[in-house]
Amino acid sequence: MIEIRGLKKSFKDQVVLDGLDLEIGSGEVVAIIGKSGGGKSVLLKHLIGLLKPDAGTILINGVDITSVDVHELRKVRQQFGVVFQGSALFDSLTVFGNVAFPLRERKKLPKEAIRENVLEALEDVGLRGMGNKYPAEISGGMKKRVALARALIAEPSIVLFDEPTTGLDPLILNSIHRLITHTHRKYRFTGIIISHEIPEIFDVADKVAMLYNGAIIQYGTPEEIKNTENPFVRQFITGSSEGPIETL
Amino acid sequence: MLTFLNTLGEWFLSVLNRLGHVFLFLLRSLYTAVRPPFKFRIFLRQVRFFGNKSLLVVLMTGAFTGMVLALQIYYTLRKFGSEALLGPAVALTIIRELGPVLSALMVTGRAGSALTAEIGIMKISEQIDALESMALNPLRYLIVPNIVAAVLVFPLLTAIFDLVGIYSGYLVGVQLLGLSPGTYFSQMDTIVDMQDVNIGLYKSLSFGVIVSWISCYKGYHAGYGAEGVSRATTSAVVTSSVLILVWDYFLGSILL
Repeated sequence: MIEIRGLKKSFKDQVVLDGLDLEIGSGEVVAIIGKSGGGKSVLLKHLIGLLKPDAGTILINGVDITSVDVHELRKVRQQFGVVFQGSALFDSLTVFGNVAFPLRERKKLPKEAIRENVLEALEDVGLRGMGNKYPAEISGGMKKRVALARALIAEPSIVLFDEPTTGLDPLILNSIHRLITHTHRKYRFTGIIISHEIPEIFDVADKVAMLYNGAIIQYGTPEEIKNTENPFVRQFITGSSEGPIETL
Repeated sequence: MLTFLNTLGEWFLSVLNRLGHVFLFLLRSLYTAVRPPFKFRIFLRQVRFFGNKSLLVVLMTGAFTGMVLALQIYYTLRKFGSEALLGPAVALTIIRELGPVLSALMVTGRAGSALTAEIGIMKISEQIDALESMALNPLRYLIVPNIVAAVLVFPLLTAIFDLVGIYSGYLVGVQLLGLSPGTYFSQMDTIVDMQDVNIGLYKSLSFGVIVSWISCYKGYHAGYGAEGVSRATTSAVVTSSVLILVWDYFLGSILL
């Protein structure tokens, strides 16, 4: 269970989050949509304690991560898996090394168990036989899949996806979305996906939250979002240049 | 007047704040270093990184420094009729001063800059955030092995510099300028003592900490994009080089 209350964050004079409230139930997959540069990634970094808010609280399964020390924060982080926007794979490690990393460093499993787990995870994301490649030798779509395998290998209860399909062609985009759905069914994690892929993301998420001007202006099921009367949400999901949201 | 004082005060406070940040980074790294687990494989890789990247340039610098020193000191000593002191003069200058300082400057340019760029790229490509998100301490993986490796490698590279420099001075003094081989080494044996070697060792150890600390800090706090990494790299080389020279003076004054 994730509860965000009154979250505020500014960078110098620029207000990015302005009293944001959001509640996400265990096992739900929630997509966060909103304008580029609107604070979605900033929100995600707050959820894992990479940024400290100016005000507000973030409760992760009852623990307020805005007020804990670094050791407590690391304990909370053990529940997380994160797929970063640029994949954030370690350049110096192979695909196998990247996926094995959380198991080697956190779980301290025996070598053979790590090998089995990693091969299974690579199989799950359709990358069998790619373990010996380095990140520089694989495509963007493959990197995203490696990042997904790495995020899920330690069986986290919460997985954060920061634009997991940005810059990918429609076929790979759909395959990543299918992977998220498939792995969610398998591991039952709580998922938060930042995405610009409308309407595709509506098929993946249980709920959708629209972030605008530093706050969640609508939160509901994909159906509710699709049929919304809110002019801001309506304009955003239709991509119209006419409406209350300023466009270029 | 008040505005000027206000600006000056703000500037002073921001400098103090930044200095505090830099020192805290070192203290946090040292604190992490003394708490297990120690990442031995990464440490070995970084020993290779520092040594492999810098060995050739240290050899070259050592050789030509020894040669030019022998040449210049010989002509100065000849004016006083003291050519026999060439060996100890070259050895003392290299062991106490030029060996640690020049090899540290060379490692800064060669490996220090590469280290800043590598950590900076990890920062901007969110690899450091990825480590944090896995509930791991990035200092343990990226900073501590580098500082420990530098503390080990800097004295070794300095020793190689010293050896090559002294033998290069021998080549110029004895083979080129006609000094007797016995004079070059026997006087050195009498005049250079263990205290001189220790001073060079202390200097190179402290330079190892300075270069790895500053290079890691600058990379770890690099700005955004290629420009941020480029700025961090330049800043790491300039700051490390200046600190090496300043610290060399203070340490030299204390240990003299």
